Amino acid sequence: MCETCGCGDSNLVPVEIHESLLSANDRLAQHNRDHFAAASTLAINLMGSPGCGKTALLEATARQFGGRRRLAAMSGDLATDRDALRLQAAGIPSLSITTGSGCHLDADLVHRALHDLLWRQADLLFIENVGNLVCPAVYDLGQTLNVVALSVTEGEDKPLKYPVIFRKADLVLLTKIDLLPHLPQVNVRAIEEALARTMPEPRMLKISAVTGEGIADWIEWLEAHPSLRREPALAEPV
Amino acid sequence: MHEYSIVHALLEKVEASAREHHATAVHSIRVRIGELAGVEPDLFASAFELCRSNTLCSGAQLDVVPSPAVWSCPQCAHSIANGEILSCPLCKVPARLSSGDEILLERIEMEVT
Repeated sequence: MCETCGCGDSNLVPVEIHESLLSANDRLAQHNRDHFAAASTLAINLMGSPGCGKTALLEATARQFGGRRRLAAMSGDLATDRDALRLQAAGIPSLSITTGSGCHLDADLVHRALHDLLWRQADLLFIENVGNLVCPAVYDLGQTLNVVALSVTEGEDKPLKYPVIFRKADLVLLTKIDLLPHLPQVNVRAIEEALARTMPEPRMLKISAVTGEGIADWIEWLEAHPSLRREPALAEPV
Repeated sequence: MHEYSIVHALLEKVEASAREHHATAVHSIRVRIGELAGVEPDLFASAFELCRSNTLCSGAQLDVVPSPAVWSCPQCAHSIANGEILSCPLCKVPARLSSGDEILLERIEMEVT
């Protein structure tokens, strides 16, 4: 404000806004959600730490479905298309989203990938987020379900340390349970207790992508979702 | 460090509002960040310092108002402290978060000639 030279005082004007700083992302997420609903595709935002077994889970998922459901996937990583290539080899039409230094996927990245991936005939679209328990939790992608993979070696208190991502999870998959006999210090009950303090409706399934244990329960959980197509398309290339 | 992309969204919104009001500068900005929003207020403030040069916000004061996580029973309104089992001990139903996950631009004070 100028009070000395007479050039014309400026006034301080308060403006009330009350708008989310994620509104632009949320609008695009809704756009993605509308696409998924129109195509009757169940979209799953799969999150978890680097190395927790997200890609191995999807490979085991494809094996268990055995072509009874049409699957598609997009994989977010800072660099390389290794995950997408693994998923392609497992029979899942896949695309990689390379984020460079970006630590998470957002609705715009997913929207652009939807233009490049043949996903509309898929019953289930898996969006494998960047391995990270922090940033992916903030961004709505338009998914139908949030699933967080947590491996048995990550520590029982991970849900308490990263409550934001676990609060939003519809399901937690405790992965690599084939390692439990070698980890006497890991108490699965303590993990369940930590989830009960971060998730209002805690749901956890124990799985091993190596032995296949629990994968049928995971498939059953997916099949029970009301918006999954009742009549699965049979194994034809998507 | 998603705080940078959220600060970019903040600067875009503030600049748009300032242009709409024919403001010459932004004096202060108030943002509310929930405890369970996934945004670290200190990182948010540092990102703001780095990104605001050459914008109408270059001299603006940033006020970050923290908002605690508030859980309660949707049936009997029994309050459940953050960190407790998120289920009502009386009604046995899942707790509901009534606030604490918001990232809101609340108020801008701007200089208008």
